[in-house]
Amino acid sequence: MTIRGAAYVAGIYEHPRRDIPDRTLFEIHTEVALGALADAGLSMTDVDAVFCDGTAGFGPMSLVEHFGLNPSYIDSTETGGSSYLAHVGHAAAAIAAGKCSVALITLAGKPRTGRSVVAYAQSPEAGFESGWGVSGAPHTYALAAQRHMYEFGTTSAQLAEIKVAASIHAQYNPNAFLPYAVTVEDVLNSPLVADPLHRLDCCVVTDGGGALVVVSPEVARSLNRTSAKILGHGEAIKHTSNGGIDLTYTGAVWSGPRAFAEAGVSVADIKYASIYDSFTITVLQTIEDLGFCEKGQGGKFVMDGGLVAPFGKLPFNTDGGGLCNNHPSNRGGITKVIEAVRQMRGEAHPSVQVPNCQISLAHGTGGSLGSKHGSVTLILGQEDA
Amino acid sequence: MLPAPAPVINSTTAEFWKATTEGRFLLQRCDACDIVLWFPRRNCPKCWTEDVSTFDAQQTGTIYSFTVVRKGKGVFQDAGPFVIAYVELADGPRIMTNIVDCDIDSLHIGMPVEMVFHDTGEGSALYRFRPVSR
Repeated sequence: MTIRGAAYVAGIYEHPRRDIPDRTLFEIHTEVALGALADAGLSMTDVDAVFCDGTAGFGPMSLVEHFGLNPSYIDSTETGGSSYLAHVGHAAAAIAAGKCSVALITLAGKPRTGRSVVAYAQSPEAGFESGWGVSGAPHTYALAAQRHMYEFGTTSAQLAEIKVAASIHAQYNPNAFLPYAVTVEDVLNSPLVADPLHRLDCCVVTDGGGALVVVSPEVARSLNRTSAKILGHGEAIKHTSNGGIDLTYTGAVWSGPRAFAEAGVSVADIKYASIYDSFTITVLQTIEDLGFCEKGQGGKFVMDGGLVAPFGKLPFNTDGGGLCNNHPSNRGGITKVIEAVRQMRGEAHPSVQVPNCQISLAHGTGGSLGSKHGSVTLILGQEDA
Repeated sequence: MLPAPAPVINSTTAEFWKATTEGRFLLQRCDACDIVLWFPRRNCPKCWTEDVSTFDAQQTGTIYSFTVVRKGKGVFQDAGPFVIAYVELADGPRIMTNIVDCDIDSLHIGMPVEMVFHDTGEGSALYRFRPVSR
């Protein structure tokens, strides 16, 4: 059994705000849940499965209580920012198994105006990864960037091209945190945060959230709204491998082939890709690992507008991505799925809508390239794909 | 000196951290698989046996990757620019650490480094590295 065609993304909602001092975390969950359900033409009473990350209280229990539901399926898989792509795959599998028919996936967070959640002090590796002054994601992603440069000759200017492409797209998104285009020089002239990553190599920090509604084929057919068909899903965790960490690749080398095999498509079929962009290096390594170019050739691939919609080699992150638009709760996975669904529906901004966008890919990378991360790849098609 | 915050210590890692206060760096080897383990564990992560032995590791290695953190947070807030790195030990494992006592601009991947210990004052010392002096 595969999940190919077993479920559809019928509803999406991205919180329009980037600073939300006047709402609690759980109020934002409600807001985005109702938004995505309304987009699908469904209501809270239709929901029979709830998915959330590990920051929404006590596992999934707090959120289910908050929503006042009695779901027959629950899942709080936590792989950082890629959690929500895993939730889509797990929801599709649960629907295929007959466990549920309307799955609600929500994300909310307030890193700008609330408290960030960090809770792995009890992990076995904690004493060996936390004493070195690592106080932000840039510090360990920088280690991956430095090694990639050393092995493959990747340059800071090439990494900057990724930010430039995202910023070109962000100009068309009025909700974007940074809604304007930047140049390679702007990126290179921004302050170094952790060599070789500059400030503009990093994603934005935003409050907010988003939600997805994943439904069975029967429910999808009953709705007036166009859905996106879930064709394939793959997930993997890449870790330090008992002191054998290799910083030049990501878990996408495993999640990608799993998703492509299930979908029965190849990289040549992908017209649009939402690629997790916590940092420019995250994108560069991921497009190599998914097979859009050879290992080590990502720097060349992204030059000359390779990622710019609608006519680049691989149009990516047409909402402006985490690099410019939104990275709610320091987790960019849900917006990756949301923009891919917009592309499948033909509802991206006209300036960046990819023509005949029949098959798209969304990829999440949660955790750190510099130690351990969860990679999740989804392949989506138009409703009749 | 770069701040040396005390690590989280549990029953599995107590022996390792106690040794650091004596200037020793312990590694484990799985007697069944003959592989070196990192970080300290009760079970080999390859065959899951508890038959792992401990040995005094060589205190040298080379830089596998590094970054210069321009401004730290918490106890590192006033440390100025400092270096986080992975060092590949002579005994094999690549371990996260700091490079200290160095000219930041002269650091490079592959650079030979040697271990130094910075006492945390709480029954442990952080293992850090400096360039090998010629």
